[in-house]
Amino acid sequence: MGQGTLSRRTLVAGMAVAGALGGIGRARPAGAAETIRIGFPTPVTGPFGAEAKDQVRSAELAIKQFNDAGGLDGRIAELLVRDDKLNPGEAATRTLELIEKDRAHFIVGALSSAVQLSVNEITRSRKVLYVSISQSDTINEAKDFSRTTFHEALNPHMTTAAVAKHTFKKGVKVAYLVADYAYGHEMLRGFKRAAAAIGAETAGEILHPFGAADYSTFMPRLRSMRPDILCICNFGRDQANSIKQANDFGLKKVARIVVPVLLHNQRLAAGPDAFEGVVGASNYYWRLEDTVPSAKAFNDAFRAAYGGAVPTDYGAYGYAAVRSLLMALKAAGSTDTGKVVDALETLKYDVAKGPEHYRACDHQAVQSVLVIEAKRKSEMASEADLFKILEVEPGSEAALRSCDELGHRA
Amino acid sequence: MDWGSLDLELIAMQLFSGVALGAVFVMLALGLSIIFGMLGIVNFAHGNVFMVGAYAGVFVMERTGSFWAALLLGPLLVGALGLLVERFLIRPLAGRPPDDALLLTFGLGYVLVEGVRILFGSDGLPFATPEELSGVADLGVGFFPIYRIFVIGVVALVLVTLWVGLERTKLGLIVRAGARDPEILRVLGVDIEHLWLWVFGLGIALAALGGVLAAPMRSVNPEMGNVVLGEAFAVTVIGGMGSLLGSVVAGLLVGIVVSMTALLAPEMASIAMFAFMALVLLIRPQGLFGKPGFGV
Repeated sequence: MGQGTLSRRTLVAGMAVAGALGGIGRARPAGAAETIRIGFPTPVTGPFGAEAKDQVRSAELAIKQFNDAGGLDGRIAELLVRDDKLNPGEAATRTLELIEKDRAHFIVGALSSAVQLSVNEITRSRKVLYVSISQSDTINEAKDFSRTTFHEALNPHMTTAAVAKHTFKKGVKVAYLVADYAYGHEMLRGFKRAAAAIGAETAGEILHPFGAADYSTFMPRLRSMRPDILCICNFGRDQANSIKQANDFGLKKVARIVVPVLLHNQRLAAGPDAFEGVVGASNYYWRLEDTVPSAKAFNDAFRAAYGGAVPTDYGAYGYAAVRSLLMALKAAGSTDTGKVVDALETLKYDVAKGPEHYRACDHQAVQSVLVIEAKRKSEMASEADLFKILEVEPGSEAALRSCDELGHRA
Repeated sequence: MDWGSLDLELIAMQLFSGVALGAVFVMLALGLSIIFGMLGIVNFAHGNVFMVGAYAGVFVMERTGSFWAALLLGPLLVGALGLLVERFLIRPLAGRPPDDALLLTFGLGYVLVEGVRILFGSDGLPFATPEELSGVADLGVGFFPIYRIFVIGVVALVLVTLWVGLERTKLGLIVRAGARDPEILRVLGVDIEHLWLWVFGLGIALAALGGVLAAPMRSVNPEMGNVVLGEAFAVTVIGGMGSLLGSVVAGLLVGIVVSMTALLAPEMASIAMFAFMALVLLIRPQGLFGKPGFGV
């Protein structure tokens, strides 16, 4: 500011004008109902960007449908998307901003388990309703739970149990390649618990650094374990890279590759050959429309809104979380947090994949788990025809860890 | 950990994996080292040039259907872009503090990432291993992807070509002289600006070649250069900034260190590289083959 062209007086005057303009923007004409604001922190840039953007697109579809149907007695909803950069600190700041500055009524979002816990810390302390759409076991546990915490995503316990049930057998040897952070650890714990019940053996386990690009140095050791099943517990681009390289090293010829969650976008990014025959769980695959009417309705609305594209797994999370929240809002007839929590606790909803409800003790969405297998190229009827649905495990509270085990006291 | 299965075959296999990974590291470090050694510029866009190289490979592959065309044309396209960058962005900074060029390349890296996001989207793209190079080879002690063996071959070819070019040709002599004393060379009537232009283009093309070579092994995405920049810097620093021989030796050493760590303490595999760098710098601050006091 040594030039002297921008004097302090000009600066002060400018700030006053800006402040006044801001005030005008914020003032609402009397009588017009206040917009319902849903804050949506999620990592739209970075390695999980593909999944995050699908969450946003589907959440926006749910908002549009709500507004087109007249909103809450004429009050329309809007989605305030913020980039949490996959960083717990950033997510906490953005969430606080959404609540304090943007005066968001509700928070939905997050993709990584650590980030989700950080968002939950904030919403819990401010008594704001939060629907998480990130896979996690911890958020169900009593120490992280609060009355305003809801979890629409599957949890590692559910996905690993479904995959293990379908692929593990008594006496088979399983080698684990695990991303060294919360997600990988939770998945490994889930698989080992299921393996113990089934009688499958552990051939060995290797922890790999989060975000590794090259997995070649882990392959000789994995191969030397002579496993029947190679279980790869990681997420996003780590999944695409590790499966691709395991295939390059010929591991698929000696072992079956299974993953806790088989991702739509990563299969697209890695191509059909690398993923062919890989089995994993999913919350949603668009071909569910062949048997489930609500999936057909969701897909058709999505296709109409986004030029014929089909929604993905993480997209379905964004959609179900926002739709169920808006349904509870209508049932409550208000945006009052306490009333909406009550309504959400008793809500039965079927918006994309068959019946769902939030369990009373931990607010975990009870829902079906799909076990899917990546198709070979010659089996694909279209570009989006990626998977075979092997099994649909119906939603049941028995498939979750008991309220007692999670530390919830009645 | 189950030490019982740590047999000689596995250790031999792990060493080979380390050398193969080292070849990739050498490839990543070469372009960075050449540009620094000759022009004194620390190219912070290096990782993202690698990424653009991979995308250029995808671009050519989609249009020609040939991996070989992608391998040749991808680096040439990106190298041509490098020539423009040198001529119109780097050269105007001549005579200014070296930080200016560093900041320029730092910003350029961001521009490249955003440019690719606009042109190709921010999701990853598939890049299949070429048919004739897919499959595994039996090395006697274990199986290894044929494509990765091919990569070792390409890196060796590039190194021999560079060595002959620099040590056995008149042009190479001028380039080496230019790195030592540009003033004398200018007095002798050599058009040194012209020389620097082509050296910069070569460094950029090498980074892009690394990207095309990596594409069938990793998913191609706009952020793939981030990790690479750190790895390339670690290798050049260990080898000695600006020393080509240093880059080669350091690249292979780092590959072996990472690979052996992956065998014994897999979760430390990423940190091993930087721990090794710290160790080398403690003993030899100028790097293995660097000249003392040489650098920015």
